[in-house]
Amino acid sequence: MGAKSGDGAVLSKTIDPLPMVDEEPAVEIVAREDFSDVTYLLEFRHPMMAKAAKPGQFVIVIPREHGERIPLTIADFDRDKGTITLVIQAVGKTTKEMQQACRTGTTLFSVVGPMGEPSHIGDLGKVVCVGGGLGVAPVFPQARAFKENGAYVIGVIGFRNKDLVFWEDKFRKYCDEFIICSDDGSVGIKGLVTEGIKAAMDNHDDIDEVIAIGPPIMMKACAETTRPSGIKTSVSLNPIMVDGTGMCGGCRVKIGGKMQFACVDGPDFDGHQVDFDDLMNRLKRFTEDEKLAVERWTETCRAGKAS
Amino acid sequence: MAKKKTIRTIPQERTPIAVQDPGERAKNFSEVALGYGLDETLNECERCLMCPEAACVAGCPVGIDIPGFIAKTIEKDYQGAYDILTDANLLPAICGRVCPQEDQCEGVCPVGDTLEPVAIGRLERWLGDLAIKEGWSNVPYIEPNGFRIGIVGSGPAGIACAADMAKAGCDVTVYEAFHKPGGVLRYGIPEFRLPNEVIDAEVSALARLGVKIKCNTLVGRLFTIEQMLDEMDFDAVFIGTGAGYPSFMGIPGESLNGVLSANELLTRCNLMHAGEFPDYDTPLHLGRQVAVIGAGNTAMDAMRVCLRLGAEKVSCVYRRTKAESPARAEETDHAEEEGIEFHWLTAPVEILGDEDNNVRAMKCVRMELGEPDDSGRRRPVPIEGSEFEFETDMIVYAIGTNANPIIGQTSKLKLNAWGYIESDEDLATSMAGVYAGGDIVTGGATVILAMGAGRKAAKGMKAYLGIRDSDFVYLPDQGKSSGGPFGFDVREKTFSRVRLA
Ligand SMILES: Cc1cc2nc3c(=O)[nH]c(=O)nc-3n(C[C@H](O)[C@H](O)[C@H](O)COP(=O)(O)OP(=O)(O)OC[C@H]3O[C@@H](n4cnc5c(N)ncnc54)[C@H](O)[C@@H]3O)c2cc1C
Ligand SMILES: Cc1cc2nc3c(=O)[nH]c(=O)nc-3n(C[C@H](O)[C@H](O)[C@H](O)COP(=O)(O)OP(=O)(O)OC[C@H]3O[C@@H](n4cnc5c(N)ncnc54)[C@H](O)[C@@H]3O)c2cc1C
Ligand code: FES
Repeated sequence: MGAKSGDGAVLSKTIDPLPMVDEEPAVEIVAREDFSDVTYLLEFRHPMMAKAAKPGQFVIVIPREHGERIPLTIADFDRDKGTITLVIQAVGKTTKEMQQACRTGTTLFSVVGPMGEPSHIGDLGKVVCVGGGLGVAPVFPQARAFKENGAYVIGVIGFRNKDLVFWEDKFRKYCDEFIICSDDGSVGIKGLVTEGIKAAMDNHDDIDEVIAIGPPIMMKACAETTRPSGIKTSVSLNPIMVDGTGMCGGCRVKIGGKMQFACVDGPDFDGHQVDFDDLMNRLKRFTEDEKLAVERWTETCRAGKAS
Repeated sequence: MAKKKTIRTIPQERTPIAVQDPGERAKNFSEVALGYGLDETLNECERCLMCPEAACVAGCPVGIDIPGFIAKTIEKDYQGAYDILTDANLLPAICGRVCPQEDQCEGVCPVGDTLEPVAIGRLERWLGDLAIKEGWSNVPYIEPNGFRIGIVGSGPAGIACAADMAKAGCDVTVYEAFHKPGGVLRYGIPEFRLPNEVIDAEVSALARLGVKIKCNTLVGRLFTIEQMLDEMDFDAVFIGTGAGYPSFMGIPGESLNGVLSANELLTRCNLMHAGEFPDYDTPLHLGRQVAVIGAGNTAMDAMRVCLRLGAEKVSCVYRRTKAESPARAEETDHAEEEGIEFHWLTAPVEILGDEDNNVRAMKCVRMELGEPDDSGRRRPVPIEGSEFEFETDMIVYAIGTNANPIIGQTSKLKLNAWGYIESDEDLATSMAGVYAGGDIVTGGATVILAMGAGRKAAKGMKAYLGIRDSDFVYLPDQGKSSGGPFGFDVREKTFSRVRLA
């Protein structure tokens, strides 16, 4: 085992330095909602960010002091209330811990954003906004923005089953047409969101753009669905990130064979150009460490409950 | 006054500095160079000839009155010495540790013509450390003038500009994207070269000057430079956002898992404490056999961090020779002593992966030096048929950085062809009241050059706002060069890029 950084005390008699950083009002969680046992919504107060946020942008959160920086898409923002909404899926240590710790009234150690280039909401006639599973949340602000811009919006959302559905009504409100799909047919069309896209393409030959957000495998399938017709398909990539400011290159993705940094050059890219296999491979970078972290955390939780 | 010293009468030997044993230090994050004690300091001070026209002052990008602070130290007025030092440089304990003095003050020290030059950096560090221990700060009387200054980025450029503007009486706010201030000092340079507590102590000197630091603020995205001027009532803005955007080579296999930039490696370790995973949540997944591409300061830091975290073997792969490598000689020597393996005249051509897309090896080619290129260094050319495979499971790129795009994406500021912010002599940008300096203007350079740029921009800003230049330090020995309060200080004309990190 190697040494730990931070054990290098040199100035034995160091005086307490003044606090370096101004005490910011901590970022407070003002609302929480649970959609299922793995998906939850957090709304936090940050008036300046709510004012600046645009569809397609994300934030980086460090939930507690020893935590890691995790990127999360801005699923909604309310300029009047001064709040930002995130929808989070508990997949690993950090998101599970947040699921347990974040309640209305608690605070987050650090939140920075909005980050990334906002989605381009052009003057389009007809768009299809596709959200797969959790992807429903990040695609929502885009659907709303297109609608407010006067576009004809076709919403396609998909879930594994009926119990996982969330934001159906909220989404539907901004859609001229609305298609819901489920893997097991327990709600809407039986099948993946690509079935919904095909249905929309069958009914409309004048679709200007498809916007698809969800797991990489789903975005890949969407891009393949539209490729033959050449309809522009925009996707939002979610590689592993650290700083989110273009400084580390951890988030590099391959777009049309060229390297780009998703945090500053994206996160939106042309789905027909994205190398999804590369993205999916790179998401496995820390599999072993992630497993270890969850195991350790679960053990601590159990020990905590027992004592 | 004491008898004039001559090169014959001064201590002939440069006072050695204690360093941790290489075998020992390669396993810990404690500082490598331990610093002088009082006796060593006083002995080394005696080696200064007190040149009337001190070359070292001109050689210092921020124009520290070096003979002045040495004289005060000899008089045992250490706080007086510290005040002289900090009139020009707010971060002496930091610069004493990381400046390439051999190319600056020490490089032009006349003692160095015959003997080893005066160890100015070590003296600076000693005073800086003493001030931290004693809790000294050099806070002048500040008369508020009502101007509001916004600083973007809390690296050395931003810190230096903030300090000068605060001393001039402005209300200064520094915005930093990360959750901790310091820029590369914090996330790049590792603990064993620059301990965090030194950064904390010296950055808190800013707070003493009344500067507000707001972290977690990504300027450009949370608010734009234009908004700072139009809506947030800042009278002037300084941009010191650093370089960032690390380069890769574009060879096959770069997206395999196990390939990363030195910036990512160092940020994970220094800022996010990945070495303490899982007590801290950020992972690193260190390889057993690490290969670092490049031989600058960043490469040396990356290699030495990997070694300390427990890598079995760490190698440096560089296409030129040691003589052309851009790192400070001291850093390369330290790395060599610690057991880093150097492969000079070697260039990677392909990265090879296993069935799980993890790095397993690197294909390299041997090089030889040909004709000199634009940089004056001999161009490395591949030797045909010399390809060989090199076993490694982690590859770190430390081959330089490009401009950070965020400010360019979000403002109308004029950029140059490479995406760096364009600025004039006084570091004014294309937008009135907006100044820029440091790595975001010059590309990757050094801490002290970034600080010099921050101070130069502060001077420009003061002239722009019509503030009398109150921080001007009168140097009796500088003769004509003193200039007027609005004039351009001759010392800063020596501002030139010394060497790329
Ligand atoms: C721009 C962007 C926007 C995102 N928006 C959201 C969002 O709105 N809601 C949400 O729940 N998640 C979002 N993510 C993913 C989220 O950041 C990760 O799920 C989170 O970092 C996982 O951390 P963990 O410690 O809980 O899990 P870990 O244990 O670190 O990871 C568990 C699993 O999640 C995968 N994973 C790890 N990091 C990422 C990542 N950055 N992106 C995708 N998968 C990852 C791993 O491959 C692993 O299989 C976004 C990611 C990016 C880059
Ligand atoms: C590993 C490494 C080792 C080095 N070693 C040495 C050495 O030994 N000696 C030496 O002299 N030089 C060294 N250098 C070079 C030196 O550190 C840099 O030249 C110097 O730090 C540049 O200072 P800066 O203020 O321009 O930028 P930086 O130090 O890069 O600081 C910029 C700051 O701005 C922040 N920022 C960026 N964008 C935004 C935004 N939009 N909004 C808000 N904040 C933002 C960043 O987060 C960062 O904190 C080294 C560099 C590296 C990477
Ligand atoms: S996350 Fe570091 S460059 Fe994108």
